[in-house]
Amino acid sequence: MRHDTALGFTELKGPLARTVRFVVYTALVLVFAGPLLALLVSAFSPVHDPTSLTLLPSRLTLDNFRAAIRRDVLTYLLNSFIVVGGGLLLQVLVSVSAAYALARKQFPGARLVFLLILSTMMLPEEILAIPLSLVLADVPVVHVNLVGSLVGMIVPVGAWAFSILVMSEFMREIPMELEEAARLDGAGDLRIFWSVVLPLCRPALGVIGIFGFTMIWDQYMLPLLVAQDAAQFTLPLALRSLRSDEQVGVGVLLAASLLALLPSVLAFLAFQRQFMRGLTSGAVKG
Amino acid sequence: MTLVASPRVGARGAPTPAPSSKRRRRRGSLVAWAFLAPALILFTLFKFVPMARAIGMSFHEVRPYLGDRWVGTDNYREVVTNDAFLSAIGHTVVLAIGQTAGSIILGLILALLVEGQAKSLWFVRTAVFLPTVAAMAVVAEVWRILYYPAPDGAINSVLGWVGVGPSQFLNSQDTSLWSVMAVGIWRGAPYDMMIFIAGLAGVDRTLYEASSVDGASAWRRLWHVTLPSLRAVFAILFTLAAIRGMRVFTEIFLLTNGGPNGSTEVLMTLIYKLGLERNELGVAAAGSVVLLLSTVVLTLAVQSARARRGRR
Repeated sequence: MRHDTALGFTELKGPLARTVRFVVYTALVLVFAGPLLALLVSAFSPVHDPTSLTLLPSRLTLDNFRAAIRRDVLTYLLNSFIVVGGGLLLQVLVSVSAAYALARKQFPGARLVFLLILSTMMLPEEILAIPLSLVLADVPVVHVNLVGSLVGMIVPVGAWAFSILVMSEFMREIPMELEEAARLDGAGDLRIFWSVVLPLCRPALGVIGIFGFTMIWDQYMLPLLVAQDAAQFTLPLALRSLRSDEQVGVGVLLAASLLALLPSVLAFLAFQRQFMRGLTSGAVKG
Repeated sequence: MTLVASPRVGARGAPTPAPSSKRRRRRGSLVAWAFLAPALILFTLFKFVPMARAIGMSFHEVRPYLGDRWVGTDNYREVVTNDAFLSAIGHTVVLAIGQTAGSIILGLILALLVEGQAKSLWFVRTAVFLPTVAAMAVVAEVWRILYYPAPDGAINSVLGWVGVGPSQFLNSQDTSLWSVMAVGIWRGAPYDMMIFIAGLAGVDRTLYEASSVDGASAWRRLWHVTLPSLRAVFAILFTLAAIRGMRVFTEIFLLTNGGPNGSTEVLMTLIYKLGLERNELGVAAAGSVVLLLSTVVLTLAVQSARARRGRR
């Protein structure tokens, strides 16, 4: 018998083994995906209190979503998209340009800079929350107050060591000859960076793109520090204030939660291969 | 993996510039700093400056408008003697250990069960992985509903079928910390599973053949061949989970906000309350510095233990 897996559980033949497998896998899917599936189904059902959460709806309705929209969920959703769009764009631009310098240029201090950036992986927003809130209220040098503005949720996520690391590891593998050839043709540094190196980095861009997206969508502490009133809430942050509604009860929370769940799940399903590559080639979510 | 990647700065294939091109080299290094500038500015403003201020504030009584007053190590003394801090540290450690161990063990079991090439396995893996992708805020709100403490709440109904419960879950100080821990494991185990699956793919298949020729049972093969090959994976998962466990915030904030009666108060929720609700910025900063130091020590300890074992 050939062994391709450690346990051999998936390779056992026969009707008994098949039945056991079916039962085990159904149980696993129910335990891990079941609650999210219940969220999906219940958001479209008349679910007034938490005890009526369901996987099999008696009747489908959009009332929960109507209530959620009445409670400004679309504003929160838009805020979330602005933050994730702006934050991701900034993060990717900052990371690729830093990675280009670190991976393809030799200069004194390069090693120190790399280590400093790497060390910030031990400095997540949570630990820095208190001083970060002060810095956001009065940014050093420029003296701008970012509290109460979506910009305050966007700019700090530009500093993300994971993306720089993934990008620079990838860029090191690109042959230097390509760059030399472009230089002989008279291309400048920016031109080489933009039209020679970056196009070759597309696979790594996919990795940092999907990781950046899920990471920024998942942000909680930063929006919590920055938002001053509901007008700046991102959708995940707003959930706490949508736990109940006069008309549809907990249904409003289910509708809002589903809207907060879908973007990250859909992005993951669409870019699954890149996500897995990032996970296994150096997966550190902060 | 990232935390252990040896920093090899400078392009591998980079030709060393000819000695005559000193000016070109200086220009090259100027260009490099220009490309680095945006990152350096952002990291300085939002990582290094806050870190420096946390350290500074931790030695002061922070008084807005009045000017800070130097208090030496008083804030730190408060952190290590205050009962609220001590119990928060205790909860944080219990939670970090429980979630780390729980996620790794369950993740390994999951990985062993779903390892393989079949298309149906891909579906199971994807479905199981979804909790990891969902935003923490969504996970917390969904579990608040699932944990609804009435006998006909979702989890209590399931427990009822097997004749257990009903439980108060988040509402009782006897069960709250464990309930929070279960959510953390539910979200953490699938992540560990994926890393284990990647690790399992790298195990030398000829070792499986050899042990099978020797007549070893599946369990012996698992113990003597598979697990030792996964040693590096264990180390990485342990580091990541421990760091993440130390700074746990969002799920506590949303599930219990430290209650009932302080039974789930962890360091970060306490620091948040002290700093942003009670304005005790100095003490909160001292707490942050303690948390930061423990994270650094923990990371370096695991890394050096790993480096000593097998130089990779």
